[in-house]
Amino acid sequence: MLGYYLYLGLRSLKRTPVLTALMMVALALGIGASMTTLTVLRVLAGNPIPGKSSELYYPQIDPRDLFDYAPGVEPPTQLTWLDGMNLLRAQRADRQALMTGGNVAVLFPQGGLDPFFQPARFTTSGFFPMFDVPFQYGHPWSAADDDDRARVVVISHTLNDRLFGGKDSAGQTLRLGLHDFRIIGVLGDWRPNPQFYDLNRKRYNENEGVFLPLSTSQDVGFNHDGDVECWGNGGNASTNPDTPCVWLQFWVQLNTPAKAAAYRQFLRQYSGRQRALGRFRRPPNVRLRDVTQWLAYSRVVPGDVRLQSWLAFGFLLVCLVNTVGLMLAKFTRRQGELSVRRAMGASRAALFGQLLCESGAVGLAGGVGGLLLAWFGLSLVRQRPTEYASLAHLDPVMLLGTFLLSVGASLLAGVLPARRVSYVPPAWHLKSE
Amino acid sequence: MNMQARPILSALRRHKLMIGLLILEIALTCAIVCNAVFLISQRLERTRMPSGIAEHELVLVRMADIGDRSDAAARAQTDLTALRGIAGVRQVALVDAVPFSADGPNDYVKLDPQQQQPSLNVGAYFGRSLLATLGVRLIAGRGFQPGEFVDASQVAAAMEKGDFTRFPHVTLVTQAMAQRLWPGQSALGKTVYLGKNIGVQVVGILARLTRSGALSRGADYSIVLPVSVTFDQGGLYVIRCAPQDRARVMQAAVARLKQLDPNRVLLQQDTFDRFRSDFFQSDRAMARLLVGVCLALLIVTALGIVGLASLWVAQRRKQIGIRRALGATRGDILRYFQSENFFIVSFGIVLGIVLAFAINLTLMKFYELQRLPLVDLPVGAIVLWCLGQIAILGPALRASNVPPVVATRSV
Repeated sequence: MLGYYLYLGLRSLKRTPVLTALMMVALALGIGASMTTLTVLRVLAGNPIPGKSSELYYPQIDPRDLFDYAPGVEPPTQLTWLDGMNLLRAQRADRQALMTGGNVAVLFPQGGLDPFFQPARFTTSGFFPMFDVPFQYGHPWSAADDDDRARVVVISHTLNDRLFGGKDSAGQTLRLGLHDFRIIGVLGDWRPNPQFYDLNRKRYNENEGVFLPLSTSQDVGFNHDGDVECWGNGGNASTNPDTPCVWLQFWVQLNTPAKAAAYRQFLRQYSGRQRALGRFRRPPNVRLRDVTQWLAYSRVVPGDVRLQSWLAFGFLLVCLVNTVGLMLAKFTRRQGELSVRRAMGASRAALFGQLLCESGAVGLAGGVGGLLLAWFGLSLVRQRPTEYASLAHLDPVMLLGTFLLSVGASLLAGVLPARRVSYVPPAWHLKSE
Repeated sequence: MNMQARPILSALRRHKLMIGLLILEIALTCAIVCNAVFLISQRLERTRMPSGIAEHELVLVRMADIGDRSDAAARAQTDLTALRGIAGVRQVALVDAVPFSADGPNDYVKLDPQQQQPSLNVGAYFGRSLLATLGVRLIAGRGFQPGEFVDASQVAAAMEKGDFTRFPHVTLVTQAMAQRLWPGQSALGKTVYLGKNIGVQVVGILARLTRSGALSRGADYSIVLPVSVTFDQGGLYVIRCAPQDRARVMQAAVARLKQLDPNRVLLQQDTFDRFRSDFFQSDRAMARLLVGVCLALLIVTALGIVGLASLWVAQRRKQIGIRRALGATRGDILRYFQSENFFIVSFGIVLGIVLAFAINLTLMKFYELQRLPLVDLPVGAIVLWCLGQIAILGPALRASNVPPVVATRSV
């Protein structure tokens, strides 16, 4: 029956090629625009660490003075050196890591070529097991390495390809700035997008090449790169316990909601103790957001991208209204023919089904057109000089989604006209003929 | 036209659903186009943001050391002398930021050290001979005297130990900032407080100097402090020369710096014009995208009008024939369809304007956006009226060509 309806539908579409083409083009434009922006949105708002995002938390405390204080203000988004170290050493979470960003000069081991700068992460040993970072060669450094300020480094596989042609470089020496480091590990393909653990620099596609102990980075004096927020009379990203500046990120893994509640309580107690000591001036003001909440709070998806998505859906809505109108016009015109079918025994449901098949066929064709347009749209997005440009690709889910959206939209557009037409009493039209 | 209003309206009432859909489509298009036009104008205005500096005469060269160097300050002096020696170079400065570079500090200022709320958030600039090199215009007071400059690394080291006496005592502020803090008064001689209680006295007013980042907090609120920048593992050299010399000077400067110390990395070489253009690239891209969407929307809507009107004309062939037989001229029929379209579009525009404001209010909640200006509305309306008339022309002409004899034929 469905086959017959489709056959009838296609015949009828062929009879009014211009109108059919109009509907398909409008639908394809709307679908193409929506799928392009949806794909970009999906890439940007994706879960960077699926499976673990609800166990990882970002603690925030408020060490600022009373200037510009108001109850309910958000605490700073980073920690001071002293608080970071205190929370790290407290070991109250299942896993924890303190970190900050930097840029280090990498020298080619063979010499000859000019050195180049590479984004670096200065962190503690908990980083790798907590974020499930895969290793291609070697292993991460240990807590003992943290304590010893060991001159060890873990590099990304991209950097390993560039420096060592992809061979196992564990054990080799790498010169960073003015110091020699021993490579102890090479990461596998690990590119969380967005780079949730530090959103102060590039948020997408950063792909840090160098990871080394935070203690070592301070020992050799590597420069910090990222946001520094200060209060009082200011200062800089320093390990001085009195420096009124936050510049470090701290992540914890808490395996159960009960542990998270306990940790929140611990942060409050810590703030209270620091206040009693006179270091903190504000009443305890803590946050403990998991990855998803942290990304939402940080508004990680660029405003322009969100605006584009709304625009695309507005456009799709206009295209849909347009299709409903054209569909209605088309069906109304065929009322005579439909009335004959009704008079000859076809049920309302049968006519309704036939008309929906017709609009579904338009939707399928619109979906193909929309897919081509989305392909084209994404290739345009990829040429833009944004940091996330190269990430914008159609994946199977979006591919399927395109067709579902298109067919769904066209069926929706067909329901009202089809209902209206199939409900008109046949005699009325037959008489007027 | 007036004579025709009645029959048109009563005809429209007969086709409520179809007309309703058309009106809805026009309203949505009108609402989106009005907002998009507004966003486009905002974006383009942003790209034209003045910087207050001699943009066409500047070259930027950023270098970085491979590690800490004890002789960084001395070498910076050597660098500056060497750069000044390049033919065609008028001024050179080692700075920490330039307008739009987003890497300069932002500070709260207060008018009273006891104040518990900030008065203003401003961008701060450092660097010896910064103003002369950037070409910032001083409109009142004086510039810095050589003796007033302090060394950035020394100030930072002293502050780390809690010693704030090394901090400079004078500052220059932009006119916009002066007017905001002391409306109707002269800012010269006034004191602003940085941080908790570091007072600096205003000695000069600058015509304009756009801050390096945080532009949304007031692009023209900047202060300049007499702090000389040292080459702290990296530095940004700004070179001023005649516009036509820029390419040559840039090449020579990079070569000279590399020759003076090959053991460092070139991070950036740009004319300021190109740097600025890159900064506003996303705004231009967004404006282009919005223009594209507006055009696509208008085309889809026009095609929708053509499609519906064509079917409508076909449906009413007999009526048109009767009207023609009863004495209506071709012009009458043409005008009938044109005025009908005018009515439909007008309904759509009225609804669309209401919708446009609703969308604007929603957008204002989520984005830094102003209220939709009323001037954008007539523009949207005129565009849609024209669009409607163009779209209807074909079907209306076809309708006017229906011969009166159709009336006498059955079916």
